[in-house]
Amino acid sequence: MGKTIIDCDINKSYLVKKLHTTGALRQRLISFGILKGTQIKYLASTKMNATYEIQVGKMIIALRKEEAVKIEVE
Amino acid sequence: MKKIKIALVGQPNVGKSMLTNAIGDTTLHVGNFSGVTVEKKEITFKYKDYDICIVDLPGTYMLTNYSIEEKVTSDFLQNEKYDLILNVVDSTNLERNLQLTSELLNLEKKMLIALNMTDEAKKENIEINANYMSELLGVSAIQVSAVTKEGIDKLVYNIVKTYENSQKESKLVFSEAIEEEILNITTHLNDNKFKSELSYRRIAINLISEDKETYRMLLDEPIWITLQPILLESITHIKMHHDEEAMIDILADEFMAFNNGILTETVKMNNIDNSKLTRSQKIDNVLIHPFFGIPIFLFFMWGLFQLTFEIGSIPMDWIDGFFSWLGNSVGESITNNDIRSLVVDGLIAGVGAVVLFVPNIIILFVGIALLESTGYMSRVAYLLDGFFHKFGLHGQSFIPLVTGFGCSIPAYMSARILKNDNDRLLTLFIIGFMSCGARLPVYVLFVGAFFSPESSGNILFSIYISGAILGIVMAKILKMTAFKGESEPFVMEMPKYRLPSTVLIWHTVKSKTWMYLKKAGTFIAAASILIWFLSNYPHNNILSTEYVSKIGLAVSEDSKNVLSNELNQKLLEQSYLGKVGKFIEPVFEPLGMDWKMAVALQTGLAAKEVVVSTLGVLYSLGGDVDEENSSLKERLSEHIPFASAVAFIIIIMIYLPCLAATIVFSKEAGGLKYTLYLFLFTTFVAYTFAFLGYHIALFLS
Repeated sequence: MGKTIIDCDINKSYLVKKLHTTGALRQRLISFGILKGTQIKYLASTKMNATYEIQVGKMIIALRKEEAVKIEVE
Repeated sequence: MKKIKIALVGQPNVGKSMLTNAIGDTTLHVGNFSGVTVEKKEITFKYKDYDICIVDLPGTYMLTNYSIEEKVTSDFLQNEKYDLILNVVDSTNLERNLQLTSELLNLEKKMLIALNMTDEAKKENIEINANYMSELLGVSAIQVSAVTKEGIDKLVYNIVKTYENSQKESKLVFSEAIEEEILNITTHLNDNKFKSELSYRRIAINLISEDKETYRMLLDEPIWITLQPILLESITHIKMHHDEEAMIDILADEFMAFNNGILTETVKMNNIDNSKLTRSQKIDNVLIHPFFGIPIFLFFMWGLFQLTFEIGSIPMDWIDGFFSWLGNSVGESITNNDIRSLVVDGLIAGVGAVVLFVPNIIILFVGIALLESTGYMSRVAYLLDGFFHKFGLHGQSFIPLVTGFGCSIPAYMSARILKNDNDRLLTLFIIGFMSCGARLPVYVLFVGAFFSPESSGNILFSIYISGAILGIVMAKILKMTAFKGESEPFVMEMPKYRLPSTVLIWHTVKSKTWMYLKKAGTFIAAASILIWFLSNYPHNNILSTEYVSKIGLAVSEDSKNVLSNELNQKLLEQSYLGKVGKFIEPVFEPLGMDWKMAVALQTGLAAKEVVVSTLGVLYSLGGDVDEENSSLKERLSEHIPFASAVAFIIIIMIYLPCLAATIVFSKEAGGLKYTLYLFLFTTFVAYTFAFLGYHIALFLS
């Protein structure tokens, strides 16, 4: 697997390449507009990198590291 | 009068509740959706010749069944009877909001769109051509603002117009590849003259989007045999064409393409300066700062409890004064001793003790409503998930847990936001450790009786905090033993910061306070009378006469007082309540509690407010000696040893919140079995910690 959200640089934009997940989580991500080809921006993370903050369109979304590594970007 | 029933649908944080408030200053009916306890809000109002009823459905990002609330919304839209859909969208984030709109268009119902937050869109220089958008979508789109009330009249006018007009055909189109397959399926349905309430196009779209209900419906039909190969081929074609493995991705992609087409035609974004920080980002730079975020949050919580205690005590004095005045003046007008005692000592004292805490409860509810409506709540979930996750909880568990500080009932209900059963059950089990508003009276009473006024705020705060910490530790233990398994993913929106709406907060606080008072007026009044009866009967006339003559013979005032106190004590001991208390006393003896405290704890299983009124009845019954200066607080500090008081507080902190909450719990957890577990679990933990607390307190003092 290539680069994921946790490898991103802060405040830079990336394109989603692939979602490495199925079922409920995939549905959730898609309902937030995170799917192949969407542009996302990595904004910040909490201490110890437990949770990540990303921007998709105008929405700001928080996700946990376990989820962030399932979103491959380029 | 004709009726129009409207389903109000929108994504979370688009201002749906605000909009309903703006539309009608009318009757609000709060109930439940059938079968589940998700709150169902309905408002009704009259317009022209119509009775209009709006059903406010829970916010949902997509018509999927991710959480119970989202399931409620999609079930309602697909199975219930209603006349039209009112789709609320946030004008400043149409790209995301229209995704749900596309799904709604697919339902082929009469529909109109409220482009809400027009005022904010103007500030952000977003220009929307609503007329052209209406034309492209085939449904009316009206620009409104729930805050400034702009466009509300036009919206209501258009609701009626949409209802009166015949339904327009949906203009939602898919890419050529998909439209071709839709045609294949509809042709087949048409050739076979398939009978259905749904249109052929909708059946086709549902089949392609893998809608389980439609499949279930068709499986029983003979047509399924010939339809199946066609469908299979269609799906293979679409997947091949789109180079994607999941249908859900393909449809999301299709909707997005359709919406982007519409947005380029109808929306102009002027002077968007991406380098400038938005207001929300500026606030976030402080509030979710990696280092200061959590301390800032703790400071807010601490401030809230200080406010509850300090400001709350001012009106409490007035309420206290009012009820003693009421008791005295009512007491004077009743001649019969038994009835006077029932009304004054039972009813007025019991209900008064509960009403006394209304100011505290209002402040607490306002605080929680503020946290929710400003958008800060989800930031806190983001900040705390790392910590919570270590204990097997979810960042979003934070929301039911904080609500638990107000009242366990809504807290149990709000645990629905957790989709994973294990996560939800675990959260449900520890909500009780967050001390609810009803326990506050007991704490305030005991802290006031056993600690100095200066330290009471801090003591109260540490009661709350240690309860919360204990709860989290228990969560870890439960996660490692009873609730092993996968955790729910953490993916949540952090909405824009918004100034809280006073109207909305007023409504929430009003209805919650009213619920508390209603409980005081009915349930607790009844419980007070019952306890009064149990503690007054059976009468022992021989004992009374014996003491009355002894008192008559006594020389000094002091010995008279001693004797009458002795009488009260003995009368209580032989009452029904005294007998029950004596019977269970041995269980509470290791905690240094006498039967009065034991009885108070038992009654607390019904409701925590009853604990205070029980203590009131038990410790001041017939005690018109020194009524002036001997309040319940002073009586408690005279009669209860410090260590026993500590054990008492610990039990109150941990055991079952109240009867009503326990009933809600068993509904939410999905079985009486869990209620039994919860009872055993909390009772065991409460007893153990009370025992430890008692001995530590004994040792220290």
